[in-house]
Amino acid sequence: MGSLEQPVHSTGHHGPATGITRWLYTTNHKDIGTLYLLFSLMMFFIGGCMALTIRAELFQPGLQLVRPEFFNQMTTSHGLIMVFGAVMPAFVGLANWLIPMMIGAPDMALPRMNNWSFWILPFAFTMMLSTLLMEGGGPNFGWTFYAPLSTTYAPPSVTFFIFAVHMMGISSIMGAINVIATILNMRTPGMKLMDMPLFVWTWLITAFLLIAVMPVLAGVVTMMLMDIHFGTSFFDAAGGGDPVLFQHVFWFFGHPEVYIMILPAFGVVSEIIPTFARKRLFGYTSMVYATASIAILSFIVWAHHMFAVGMPLAGELFFMYSTMLIAVPTGVKVFNWVATMYRGSMTFETPMLFALAFVVLFTIGGFSGLMLAIAPADFQYHDTYFVVAHFHYVLVPGSVFSIMAAAYYWLPKWTGHMYNESMGKLHFWLSFIGVNVTFFPMHFLGLAGMPRRIPDYALQFADFNMVATFGAFLFGFSQLLFVYNIISCIRSGKKATDNVWEGSHGLEWTLSSPPPYHSFTEPPVFKHPYKDNG
Amino acid sequence: MSTQAYYVPAQSRWPILASVSLFLIAYGAGTLINALSANTGGALGLSLLLVGALCMGLILTGWFGHVIDESRRGLYSDQMDRSFRWGMSWFIFSEIMFFAAFFGALFYVRNLSVPWLGGEGEKGVANMLWQGFEATWPLMKTPDMTAYPGPEGVIDPLHLPLVNTLLLLSSSVTMTFAHYRLKQDRRPQVIVWLVLTIALGSLFLVFQAVEYAEAYHELGLTLHAGIYGATFFILTGFHGMHVTLGMLMLLIILLRVIRGHFEPDHHFGFEAVSWYWHFVDVVWVGLFLFVYLL
Repeated sequence: MGSLEQPVHSTGHHGPATGITRWLYTTNHKDIGTLYLLFSLMMFFIGGCMALTIRAELFQPGLQLVRPEFFNQMTTSHGLIMVFGAVMPAFVGLANWLIPMMIGAPDMALPRMNNWSFWILPFAFTMMLSTLLMEGGGPNFGWTFYAPLSTTYAPPSVTFFIFAVHMMGISSIMGAINVIATILNMRTPGMKLMDMPLFVWTWLITAFLLIAVMPVLAGVVTMMLMDIHFGTSFFDAAGGGDPVLFQHVFWFFGHPEVYIMILPAFGVVSEIIPTFARKRLFGYTSMVYATASIAILSFIVWAHHMFAVGMPLAGELFFMYSTMLIAVPTGVKVFNWVATMYRGSMTFETPMLFALAFVVLFTIGGFSGLMLAIAPADFQYHDTYFVVAHFHYVLVPGSVFSIMAAAYYWLPKWTGHMYNESMGKLHFWLSFIGVNVTFFPMHFLGLAGMPRRIPDYALQFADFNMVATFGAFLFGFSQLLFVYNIISCIRSGKKATDNVWEGSHGLEWTLSSPPPYHSFTEPPVFKHPYKDNG
Repeated sequence: MSTQAYYVPAQSRWPILASVSLFLIAYGAGTLINALSANTGGALGLSLLLVGALCMGLILTGWFGHVIDESRRGLYSDQMDRSFRWGMSWFIFSEIMFFAAFFGALFYVRNLSVPWLGGEGEKGVANMLWQGFEATWPLMKTPDMTAYPGPEGVIDPLHLPLVNTLLLLSSSVTMTFAHYRLKQDRRPQVIVWLVLTIALGSLFLVFQAVEYAEAYHELGLTLHAGIYGATFFILTGFHGMHVTLGMLMLLIILLRVIRGHFEPDHHFGFEAVSWYWHFVDVVWVGLFLFVYLL
C-alpha cells in the first residue's frame, strides 16, 4: 500500500497511530469496525460457552452439572449476550467497515461519536457479566425479563442489568444515528438512494428501527427500576398496573429488534449471491420495498409473542393476520435470491456456501415462524422447544451465518490477504451439520411438549436432547477453525487482488486491498453496478 | 456539493473518557440504589455516581468546546452541517419514542387494563382476583389499598398546569423571536429574548416543584399511590428532566451569543437548541392533554 497522506485534512494528521491509543482514541471507521467485530467475536465465544453449559446439562435428564438457579442465569445471559453483544455489534462492525466504502465516503459522518458508540459496549458488558458474580447471582429471568420475575422476584443484581441495558441503548442509538447521517449525507455525487448497494439500504432501515425502538427498551427497563426501587406499580395489579403491560412494551421493542438482527443479514446475502452467481441482483427495487415493508410491519405484530398470555379475541386475530402478512415481503426476498441464482454461472466459495445455507435455513426458520403465527396453534407451541428451534434457525444459520459469510467475503478486501479456502469450506460444512443437528431435533421436542428454560426433563425427551447436545458441541468447537482462519489470513494469507472475486461489484472493490486508511478522500465517480451493463 | 473536503477529526480522547464516566455513573447509580433499597448506606455508590457525573460534565464541556472551536475555525463544510442536522433530528426522534413508551403505558392502563381489572370488557374476568374493585380514572382506590394507598386528590389541570402550559408555549414563541433576531444579527435583542425564554422555563420548573410538593403533602399523590401516581410522575418527571436539560442548553447558547458566537447564516448550535426546546414544549402539550386534562 502506498502513502497514507491525508492532504485534505487541515489538521494534518496521517495514517493510523501506533500502540494501544490507536484503538482507544480512534476516529477511523475501519478501526472502529474492527473493534466492533472483534468484540462481537469475543462475546460470541462467551455466549457460546454459556450455550454449551446449557446443552451439557441437558445432555441427559436429571440434574448433573449445574444447579437450576445457575441454569436460569445461563439461559438469560446466553440470550442477552448473543443478541446485544454478538449479533448486533457484528452488524454495526460490518456497517462501519462497509458503508463508507460502499457509498464513496471518507469516513462515517460523526467519527468521534462513532468511537463513543463502540467504547460504551465493553463497559456495559463488563457490568452485565459482573452480575453473575454478585450476591444472589445474575439475571435469571430469561432474556425477555418478564415482570414480575424481573421485578418482584429478581435478584438485587437486576439494578446493574437495567443500567447495562441503558448503556447498550445509548450505544446503539448513537451508532444508528451515525449510520443514518452517513447514508443520507455522505454518498458520492450521483449515487441516488435507489442506486445504493442493498447492504446500505438494509442498514438505513435497520438504523431507523434502532432509533425507534431502543428508547422504548430504555422506557421499559426504567419502569422496572421504578417498580423495584421507587414503589410504583406499573407491572403490579395490586396498584392498578398490569404485568402484561410489561410484555406489550417489551415486545414493541422486541419485535423490531429481531428484524434489526436480520435485515442487515438480508443485505449481506444480497451482496454475496450476485457475486458468485455472476449476475446482477434480481428485483433490486422490490428488495428495497420488501425490506421497508418488513420494517413497517414489525411495528404492528408485537403481540404475536403474547398469544397465550390473554388478549381480547380481536387482538389475537389482528396480530395473527398482521404477522402472516410479513411472509409476503419475506417471500419476495427469497424469490429474488433464488431468481438471482437461476441460470447464473455459479461457484461455491465459502461466502457463497454460507449465503446459500442462509437462504435455505432462514426459510425453514421463517416457516416455523409462520406456524407460530397461527394463534390457536401457538397455544400448543408457546414456551416449548419449538419456539427455541424457530428463533435459533433464524438467528444462527440466519444472522450468524450471514455474518460469517460477510467475514469471508470481505476479509480479503479488509486485510489484503486471502483466507484459506479449504479450511473455510471445512468450517462451513461442520457449522452447517452442527447447526442442523443441534436445532432440528428441537422442533420435535417442542411439538412433543418439552418446555423451554428447564434444566431437567421427562425421559421421553432424552434421545433428541442427546443429539442436540452433540450438534451444539460440534458447532461450538468448529468455530475455532473460523478464528484460526481469520488469524492466519491476517498474518500470512496470500495477497488478494483489488476486486478479489471475479463477479464482485460496487465501490468497495475499486479500492486497493487493504483499502487506504481513509476510504475515499476524493468522492469517486459512481457507476451503477446494476443498471449499466446488462 | 461543497468543494471543501469533509472534516474527519483526528484521534480524540473524549469518547473513551466519556465511556469511563458513563460506566462510573451507571455503576455508582446501581450501587447507590441497591444500597438505599437494602438500607445499607449509599456512600460508595453516591461517591462513584458523583465522581462519574462530575467527570462527564467536564468531558462534555471539553468535547463540545472542541467542536465549537473547530466550527469557529471554519473547518466544517455545509455537508458537515447537514450531518449535524440529521444527527440532531434523529436524536429528537429517539426522545419522542422514549416518551411514546410512557404514553403507550398510560393509554394501555387507562383504556384496557384498569377497566379489565374492574370487570369490564372481554378480560373482565381479572376482577375475580380483586373483587369489589371499581375501575375509575384517575384511579383513586387501588385494588390493594394497603400496598398502594391511592391518592386523595389529583392536580387540578386548570390551575398550575394551565399556567405552565401558557409559560412553555410562550417560551417557544420567545425562542423563535430570538432566532429571528439572530438571523438579522441584532444581538442585544437575541440576548433579551433568550433571557426571557430561560426565565419562562425557570418559572415552569418552579411551578412543577410547587405542584410536586402539593401532590406529595396535600393530595397523597405519590409514586406509591398506584398506577395513576406512577404514570403521572414518570411522564411529568422525565419531561421535567428534559426541560432542565433544555435550560442548560439555553444557558450555554446564551453564553455563546454573549461571547459573539454564531453567524446570521451559520448557527446550527443555536438551531439545535431551539429544536430541542420546541420538542419539550410539544411533549408538554401531550402531557397537559392526556395526563392532566382528559
